[in-house]
Amino acid sequence: MTVLRPSGDFDRSYQQDMSILRKRWQWVVCILAIAVVASTPYWAPPYVVITANRIGYTLIAVQGLNILTGYTGQISLGQAAFMLAGGYISVLSVTYLEIPVFFAIPIAALGTGLIGLIFGTPSLRIKGFYLAMATLAAQFIIPWMTRYTFTDFLGGSEGMIPAPVPKIGTFEFNESSRYIYITLVAVIFSTIVAVNISRTRLGRAFVAIRDNDLAAEVLGVNLFGYKLRAFFIAAAYAGLAGALRAHYQWAIGTELGYTLTESIFFLGMLVVGGLGTNIGPFLGTTFIILMQDLSNVVGTNLADVLPQAMTGRLLTSFRPIFFGILLMLFLIFEPRGLAHRWQLFKASWRLRPFSK
Amino acid sequence: MNWVLVPQAIVTGILSGGVIGLIALGVVLIYKSSEIFNFSQGHLVMFGAFLTWWFAGANEHGDEIVNLPLGFAVVAALVTTFLLGYLIERLALRPMTGQPLLSIVLMTLGLAQFVEGLVSIAFGIQPKSNFPAPISRIETFKIPFPYAFKETIYVTQLLVAVFIVVILSTIVVAIIFRFTRSGLAMRASSEDHELARSVGINVPRMFGLSWAIAGVIATAGGILLAMNFGASLTLSTVVLVVFPAILLGGLESLPGAIIGGIAVGLVQELVKTSTIPEIKNAYTIAPYILLLIVLFIRPEGLFGRKRIERI
Repeated sequence: MTVLRPSGDFDRSYQQDMSILRKRWQWVVCILAIAVVASTPYWAPPYVVITANRIGYTLIAVQGLNILTGYTGQISLGQAAFMLAGGYISVLSVTYLEIPVFFAIPIAALGTGLIGLIFGTPSLRIKGFYLAMATLAAQFIIPWMTRYTFTDFLGGSEGMIPAPVPKIGTFEFNESSRYIYITLVAVIFSTIVAVNISRTRLGRAFVAIRDNDLAAEVLGVNLFGYKLRAFFIAAAYAGLAGALRAHYQWAIGTELGYTLTESIFFLGMLVVGGLGTNIGPFLGTTFIILMQDLSNVVGTNLADVLPQAMTGRLLTSFRPIFFGILLMLFLIFEPRGLAHRWQLFKASWRLRPFSK
Repeated sequence: MNWVLVPQAIVTGILSGGVIGLIALGVVLIYKSSEIFNFSQGHLVMFGAFLTWWFAGANEHGDEIVNLPLGFAVVAALVTTFLLGYLIERLALRPMTGQPLLSIVLMTLGLAQFVEGLVSIAFGIQPKSNFPAPISRIETFKIPFPYAFKETIYVTQLLVAVFIVVILSTIVVAIIFRFTRSGLAMRASSEDHELARSVGINVPRMFGLSWAIAGVIATAGGILLAMNFGASLTLSTVVLVVFPAILLGGLESLPGAIIGGIAVGLVQELVKTSTIPEIKNAYTIAPYILLLIVLFIRPEGLFGRKRIERI
């Protein structure tokens, strides 16, 4: 987590020491990156804008998972179910309480956080895969509830309900090229919060729990309290992501995914990106989602070459095979993820003529 | 609760829970020997079922490559998954020795995804309802019981046969563990890796052996399930109820796995007898609610060891 600085790189004021972006070039790069993403509707094909939206809301869910799994070390297999809960809370509060969408999304985040607390309470006594089991239970119980209870409100056997389109005045965010601004603002907000969590008392307590929970308790970290906070934050992030996704897809429900497989994909993105780093979720989510699209393209092209009987099978099966192999290779050869590769790259660039 | 259905539900629950117990046995076996919790067991079960279906030549297009009688098909599938289990340990889990728990859990999850893709590319995604069954799925045994619905308990002959096979395989596993030399070596290496090494036991080979046996158990469970329900991709999700069974029985206990499996089967069937439709529909998640209750009250399970940790 600590950033190793090259010698001679000093902070010249307290303000610079405290800031996230310490130098002028970092500001420039950051603003340029935001500008590039924000201008995609004007220069990129629509497909890219759709993918950018998908990366955006997935990224928020993975950032939440990073706080719970990467920093606090508690494995969660229920992130997709929490997304589902968040989407439902947002949509229901817009439909029945007539709250504007932009207020409903934070409400969804808080509400999902509270649901996360319920499934986090077993973490007082258990850890490791016992806890993975408790979150696995969440991954089954929440989708079941949306399907079989309160069928009038939650869609019942149809498996989804329509979600309203967010709008300011008469301007409707009804297509990807407009929705991307909402996604972008949400991603910037969630990133700032995540970075600040990781470098303050809260994040340090999380890391202490991850490294050795008993030692952390001896040092005065309230174990249960901090674990519950981690669960709350992770679920709130998932709720935010789910609400964004619901209003983007104009519908929410189990028909649209939110399965155990998706939860596993989130964990995979986190590992590929790098556990317990702030840049990890960005790298991992982008990499895996682009790889998914690539595997779709490769699968379609392979299907044209191969005999007819294989076509249908290939399209559905290429993605899990691809993801499975990718995840296993990363775990064996680069368990610290792309973030570590990025660090190595930066270090070798700095030492340039003398690095190997 | 519809009380007249309860005796029927108890009998069906115990019989169908046996298979869950058998599959759970495979997970416990791996955990005992190498402290790896195998999340891919459900997918191995599915793989075993599909493999047997393929060996038995029940392909719907009529382009079967092999067409073995069921008995030989079962043996072929068991041998294949024995080797596969060994290979998985050697190629995927051996490099992970000494890695943190999360990486190992993710490794088995990645493996599960890989197996799922492999099955759907090799055998197709459609469910196979034409799984060969040697005993009728429709013929029933009628047990007279004056308090039950229609005063008789109906049990399909297949279910009884499956339960008998489960009992026999459990006994075989128990015999391997208790009376053979490699069983003794496996027990020793699960007690203490270093001590086992120092008396000349090849501990990594024991890990491989336990994965191989777990693969065989998964295939056996898959075949028994598929005879009843047919082979399909959803099998891997249905089989996830083995995890509540394992935690109920205790992670390190072999008899606990069987008892946990039977308990999970019982809970599922009893929930189905409810007259309230919401509760009746909850039979798919009832095991997970049971799991949460176990985690709250007794996290180490019925027969598990309590963990004592030091810094």
